[in-house]
Formats: sequence, C-alpha cells, structure tokens
Amino acid sequence: MSSLIDNEKLRDEMLDIYPAKVARKRKKAIVLNDPAEIPEIQANVRTIPGIITQRGCSYAGCKGVVLGPTRDIINLTHGPIGCGFYSWLTRRNQTDASGDKENFMTYCFSTDMQDPNIVFGGEKKLKEAIQEAYDIFKPKAIGIFSTCPVGLIGDDVHAAAREMTEKIGDCNIFGFSCEGYKGVSQSAGHHIANNQLFRHVIGKGEELPGKFKINMLGEYNIGGDAFVIEDILEKCGIELIATFSGNSSYNQFASSYSADLNCVMCHRSINYVAEMMEEKYGIPWIKVNFIGAKSTAKSLRRIADYFGNQELKDRVEKVIAEEMESVEAVKNEVFSKTDGKSAMLFVGGSRAHHYQDLFNELGIRTLAAGYEFGHRDDYEGRRVIPTIKIDADSRNIEELTVTKDEERYNQRISDDERKALDEQGLDFSDYEGMMPQMEEGTLVIDDLSHYEMEELIKKHKPDVFCAGIKEKYAVQKMGVPLKQLHSYDYGGPYAGFEGAINFYKDIAQMVSSRVWDLVGAPWEKEGSLSPVYVESGSPAVTMKD
Amino acid sequence: MFLKHTTAEVADRKALTVNPAKTCQPVGAMYASLGIHGCLPHSHGSQGCCAYHRSSLTRHYKEPVMAGTSSFTEGSSVFGGQGNLVQALNNMFTVYKPDVVAVHSTCLSETIGDDLGQIVKKAIDEGKVPEGKTVVYASTPSYIGSHVTGFANMCAGMAKQLAEVPAEDAAPLDQVNILPGWVEPSDMREIKRIMKTMGVPFVMYPDTSDVLDAPMTGHHEFYPKGGATIEEIKSSGLSKATLALGAWGSEAAAQELWKKCRVPYETLDLPIGIKATDRFLSKLSEITGTPVPESLTAERGRALDMITDMQNYLYGKRVALWGDPDQLLALSEFLADIDMKPVYIVSGTPGKKFMKKMEGILGDVVPEAKFKNGERADMFLMHQWIKEEGVDLLMGNSYGKYISRDDDIPFVRMGFPIYDRVGHSYFPTVGYMGAIRILEKMLGVIMDKQDRDAPEEKFELVM
Repeated sequence: MSSLIDNEKLRDEMLDIYPAKVARKRKKAIVLNDPAEIPEIQANVRTIPGIITQRGCSYAGCKGVVLGPTRDIINLTHGPIGCGFYSWLTRRNQTDASGDKENFMTYCFSTDMQDPNIVFGGEKKLKEAIQEAYDIFKPKAIGIFSTCPVGLIGDDVHAAAREMTEKIGDCNIFGFSCEGYKGVSQSAGHHIANNQLFRHVIGKGEELPGKFKINMLGEYNIGGDAFVIEDILEKCGIELIATFSGNSSYNQFASSYSADLNCVMCHRSINYVAEMMEEKYGIPWIKVNFIGAKSTAKSLRRIADYFGNQELKDRVEKVIAEEMESVEAVKNEVFSKTDGKSAMLFVGGSRAHHYQDLFNELGIRTLAAGYEFGHRDDYEGRRVIPTIKIDADSRNIEELTVTKDEERYNQRISDDERKALDEQGLDFSDYEGMMPQMEEGTLVIDDLSHYEMEELIKKHKPDVFCAGIKEKYAVQKMGVPLKQLHSYDYGGPYAGFEGAINFYKDIAQMVSSRVWDLVGAPWEKEGSLSPVYVESGSPAVTMKD
Repeated sequence: MFLKHTTAEVADRKALTVNPAKTCQPVGAMYASLGIHGCLPHSHGSQGCCAYHRSSLTRHYKEPVMAGTSSFTEGSSVFGGQGNLVQALNNMFTVYKPDVVAVHSTCLSETIGDDLGQIVKKAIDEGKVPEGKTVVYASTPSYIGSHVTGFANMCAGMAKQLAEVPAEDAAPLDQVNILPGWVEPSDMREIKRIMKTMGVPFVMYPDTSDVLDAPMTGHHEFYPKGGATIEEIKSSGLSKATLALGAWGSEAAAQELWKKCRVPYETLDLPIGIKATDRFLSKLSEITGTPVPESLTAERGRALDMITDMQNYLYGKRVALWGDPDQLLALSEFLADIDMKPVYIVSGTPGKKFMKKMEGILGDVVPEAKFKNGERADMFLMHQWIKEEGVDLLMGNSYGKYISRDDDIPFVRMGFPIYDRVGHSYFPTVGYMGAIRILEKMLGVIMDKQDRDAPEEKFELVM
C-alpha cells in the first residue's frame, strides 16, 4: 500500500547516500506536496555532475524540440557531426508532407567541423555549407544551430546568416546560439529558439483572414498528436493558423500573428513566444491541455468562451458530446483493469503534469512526479515568477525587449471583456502549475537522478512508471512497465479524444499484461527445490505402471 | 516520398554533409567502456552529449545504458571543467559504486583544452577515487575521426593505462589477446565461443556480451555480470600475442600493447564472411600451433553449402552499403566472394587505407563499384548514386529505411545504429555462423520481394 509509505522518511533515506553538499542541494528539489499551501521547489538549477541525470542540452531543446518539427526549414547544425546525427529523426515529430510540399525533416544537415575548423574557425565552411544547401535544395529558410565548440572558438553564426541572406536574396537565414553548455538543460534552448523565431520569422508573412483564428503553441506532433488536434479544431470550426511547431511550415510561423488567441500546450517550451506575441501584436494567450478527454473538452470550451460566439459554443458542445461517447465506451471497457493502480511521471516540462489528467480518468493515482527541465512556475504556478531568483545560468539567456508593433498591434478584447472572461475561468496569461493538482503528501522531484528513481520504485512499486528512453529498460528490468512519454513507445497519438482512447488501451495493456508473470524461472523461486530424490531415495517422478 | 529532394544529379559539395554515415567519437568510447566489467562510463562535456549517447545506445540495444556527465555550464566552459569532473568522480564512486569509471572527453572539453590525465590524477590525489577503484580515460574529440575512432581510442586507453608490463625475462602467459573491434554483444559472444572451440586461452576486451544483452530478472543489475575484468585487461600486457580485429576499431589498442608491453600483434579484418573468418582461424592456428577443430570446419561447410544452394538468388545482385570501414571491408569481400556486386559504398569514417583496401577487394571483380570515405562520404551521396543506377539490396543502419521505402529496395539492417529492429544483440554476424545469419537475412528480403512482386501465375511455393 503505497499511500501508507512515509514519503518524508523516504526522502531522507534517498538523500542518505549522497555526499553532504549534494544531499543539501538535492533536498531542495525533493518536496512533499501540499496543494493547499504549495511548497517551494528548487528547479532550473545546475545538475550535480556525476549524479546521473536524464537532462539534455540547450542544442537539443532548440534544434531538436522547437525547430525540429518544421518541415520546410533546413536545419543546419554547425559543429562536429554528432549533434546533427543524434537529432536526426529521433523525436517522432510527424509531418504531413504529402504532394509537393517541401520536407527536409528526413535529412540531416551538418557542417561536420573538423580539427582545422576548430583551430582556424569554421565560419568559412559554414557559409559554404549554406550556399551548397541553398543550391541543392532551394529552401525558403535555413536555421543554423550552434554546437558547443562554435561559441568557444568565436564563430559568429549570426553574422554568417546575415551575410548569406543578403547574398542569396530569397532565403531567410538565421542563427541560434544554442551551444550545449548554455543554461542548465534543454530549457535554455527552448528560450533561444523562441527568441529567434520571434525575431526572424513571426510577422514575416501575410495576414490571414478567417473566423475564430488561433495558434497552438508548444505542441510538437509526437506520434501524430497535432494531427488529432487539427481534426478536432476543424470539426469545431476553429481555424488553426499555426502550430508551434508540430506539422508546421515556415509560412504558418510567418503568418501566426494573424491569430486572435494563442493556446499554450507546453508552457515550458513556448511561453516566451506567447508573451512576446501579446506584447507586440496584442494576442492574448491561455494555457490549454489536450491531453485527457476531459481536459480536451475543457480546453475547447474555453476557446469557444473566448470568442463568445453562440454558434461556435454549440458546435463545440456537439463535438464534445459525440466524441465523449466513444471515449466513455472504451474507458468503461478498461476501467476495471486500471482503477486503483498507481503511476509515477518524470518527464519533460509539461507532460508530467498533463498526463496526470489521463491517469485520473483511468482511476490511476499519481504517487510522485517531476520534470526533467521545468522551472518553478511549471510546478508552483506562474504566480511565483516574480520571486524566482535569476542565477548566472539564466542570465546568460537573452531576454528580448519587445515593443508594440504600431501598425499591426490589435487589442483583441477590451480590458473589461478580458476581466469578465478571466472571472469565467479563462485565466489569461496564467498557468497554475503541476502541484495544485497533486495530492497532499505526494513527492514532487525535480531533475530526478537515476539513484532516486530506483529508490522510489523499490519503495512504492508503482504499476506504471512514465519517463523516457534512458530510463525505460532499467525500470522494466525491475519488473515495472515503463511508458515513454517522449516517444509514446512508438504508439499514440495520445492527444484529444482519439488520443485518450489510445492511451486508455495502452495503459490497460501495460498494467494487465501477463508477460511480467513470467519473470523468474520456476527453479529460482523459493522452495522450488524440494529434495525429494535425496531424502526418500526414490525418484521424484513416479512412473505409472 | 521521404527523400523527395534527392536527385540523381550529384552535386559537388565542399562543406555540407547531408545524411552522415558516421557519428562522433564519444558514443564509441561509451560503448567500449560498457565492455569493462563494473564500469560506469563518464562523459566529460555538456549534458546533451551524454543524453544523446545513452539514448542512441539504448535505442540500439533496448537495454539500460548508464553513464555520468560532467554537466558543463557556461562557467565551466570558460574556466575549465576540472571542478566538474573531480566532483563527478566523487559522486559516482559514492552513489553508484563502480569498480571502474571510464572517462571520455567531448568536443567541448577538448576545445577548451581540459587534460583528462591531469584531472584524473588530481581526483586521485584528493582522495576522490576510493582505494582499489580504477579510472581509465580517453581523449575523444568529436571533430576528429568518427564514432569508430572514439571506440578505438577508449580501447587504446584501456591498454595503455591498465595493461601490466611484464618482468624483464618473464615468459609470456599462454594466452592471446583478442581485440574484437566495434561489433555487437552477440559477435563478442560468438568470438568467445570460437576461441573456446579452438581451445586457445585468451583475454578479450572490450566485451559487451552479458552487459548489453542482459536477462530480464526482475532486478536492475546496475553492473551486469559481463565485461572484461580489470585483472583480465591488466594481464593482456603479459600475453604472447594480440589479434586486433578490424584496423579502425582495434589497431590503436594493439599498438599500445606493443609499445608498452612488447606484445606482438597482427591486425586482421573483422571475421565477417568466409575468407576473413578463414584468415582469423588460420592466424590463430598459426600463432598458437592449435589446429582448427573439425567442428569449425563443419560450420564453414554449412555456410558454404547455403551459399551454393542459393547461389541463383545472389548472383550479380547489386548492393549499396554504408557504415564503418572494418565492417564494410569484410562485408564487401564476402559479397564479392559470393558473386554479388557491392557497387556503392560510403563511410564517414576517415582513413586513407580504406580506398586502397577497397580497391584491392573490388578492383578486379566489381570494377564498376563506387566508394568513398571520410568527409561528405554520406548517405545522400550514396542515394544519388542509387538514383543514377539502382541496386537490388541495401545494407546498413536504420537510416536506410527511407531509401528502401522510397525506391522499393530490399534492406538488411547491419551496423550502428539499428533503432527499429531487434536481433542484432543476439545473433552474430561474425564467423561462419554469422555468415549464415547474413545470408539468411539477405535471402529473406530478396525472396520476400520476389514473392511480393510475382504475378499470381509465377508465384512459387518452392524456392
């Protein structure tokens, strides 16, 4: 009975093994939740070297996460070959490149820096590579992604981008200073990606007409999630201008300022764009969640409420009613298998929160959760932002100064309307974070170390553990099924109503699979070796006459 | 179409790599480190390197891959990573209690000039490495060579730093060092089986069998039972000879053993295919005076039997290959020997010997073959060659699946990484049994296509 485990004691036990200084630091990142009075958690700080973290780097957050899913920008990695190679098609961002749409996502582009480039500089090679990429592929845009050595040797990717944009003429070329050592995790890379998209792409396209126009921010189309969301929105009559960045194209980004509402899925990776677009173009933003059937319904209703159009509201209700019918049917089928089970989620900067909604729907309790690269606001809510201390690692990430676009700024709703809608639950520009939703006494742990993970699993024995590929097989060796929430174990989609159905079925399969019963050979189990032959002197197997 | 922008018109590129047929040094060093028993690999660089390498190896093996990182920040990148590494060593030995930590560098730590040897010494001097524990290290800058170079450098580090120097007039131990090169755990297991069948005492490192093919037990063995022990690696300095399998993966370590311990070595091709395996067994027999047992000769005969039986499906088939030099050389020879035509071959891994050796293998028998290695010898170039004139078979890592599907070409997965199929951890491609496995896989995909495309009246039961 995991609920009876004293989590405070468990935390102290987990810290016991660490050197004193490490234990002191980790203690601040491991808190017992209290939804009534949210405790402060340490987040977005440096990982302790050697602790075995699951975190990645700034380049991964910038190139891999935010820009990776856009099909028609050539993503050129400036650096030695590895970074480009590992981020080549490994994140399951699906895209619809049917017909004659350009698609460079299946390609890996790199300057493959060699020793002399490190010694004498790589800018010349970079510019040549840009020219060659343009000559062969004729893209409308090229993004240059800096890897660790680039910043250290002083290559100026931005100057190279400016020079080549001018030289080529009809290709928008921009650089990202997303060297792996920037910041403390992928999160820094998200911010850098947001900045450059905002600076170089958003606003460059024509204004698109339409009714009920929104952008979906922070949805990366893993396993086809964005496809599902696109379908639902279309059914509801809501026009999607751009998704950042699942199944997206350059032109969608460029015209995204046409939207009248920004809907933020993954708050961590994209809130900067939402804030900057509000500042510059007057587009308000709300946090939404399309993970979980109820959350999807709620998000749709909030979008309809924002536009305030009765026809839209009716249509949304009709879609919800239709979809919920099949959702409920599947849920009822599997509920007896999942009800009362337990889960832990340690992943990402939003998924560890969002997926709790799906588990709730299945009657599965979340015993512990945490992010790999979240900030305090993702845990405690945006209200704590003013109190977050800016440390040296965060200070190094550029903050753009954004001003109103005098021509295109358009205040979508009046202050009074906004206030009224806020009171109705629209919660503009807010995210309440993960912790208010979690039970009292559950463990919330930031940047969970491998050791802490094993201790949690040994003590609580959850029925399912959610994390990523690096944790997957270690956890499963312990006899606990692991659901990958980065790649969905190559299943999904899990977003929207259709996704909820997929998730219900997959989790039911995981918690009821009989394969785990096969672990342990019969002769390894206690008492299996009864010395019949030795003691009685007669064969253990009696032959029948 | 997945690769719709790839056309037959081969563009001259001087700077741009597209769809590389290589990755960077550290992942090879991490893989090699996992072949030491009780070893925790450590990546001295940004967190992303370690995360990428662990993910890549995990996707390939479907096994836990544990490793530490120095978690560089902007500060450590400016002032040096010494503090991070010393702290990391202390934390790893305290929390995860490895016997060995194998540290490799990255482009970041190399660019700023961190000296691993000096930092490790400092950690030892400061008491951060407990008594009886070992730290081994290798310099693996990502901007030189490839993942194969990193593997070789870490193996060389093991030899150089751990192998024992024999006493002046001591007779060598009656054992042979086997440096298996970058092959799968299944291959390492197979090489060990062959050695046991030969009855030749040996030491082999690295050895990832029983590490990256660990059983499901209900427990996570942080240090699985496999891997070469430190004692074994130490004793390699006392062996009577070294066989380095694969020049790119193994020769560096063999050279270290020669330089430091005067263990003579021979560099052989990886024992992939008939002739390369013949050479391996002949050499082994020659240096130890042990005859090749009948059971291995019978395995050779079985492989050959399969080749002669199925020859009509193989003859003249044009093959495109990409991957690592050691595999490509042996495999190309094998394919040519069984009347297939390896026509396009690329490897991002540099090394001048590649072109010369490949010319030697294919020059006479497949004069039309195009091959290239080093910078910009990438899958994009290979695909352009394929667009010019097609092939019947693709052999290489998982990235070939896009070409396979676009151009409807049968595809056998070999090499690293294989993200989308299983089996490579369990079924070897080395030795005669490995040859049978390669044949089975090639015939499987070639005959599947024949079955799929045959008009109903031509569809065969017996093939």
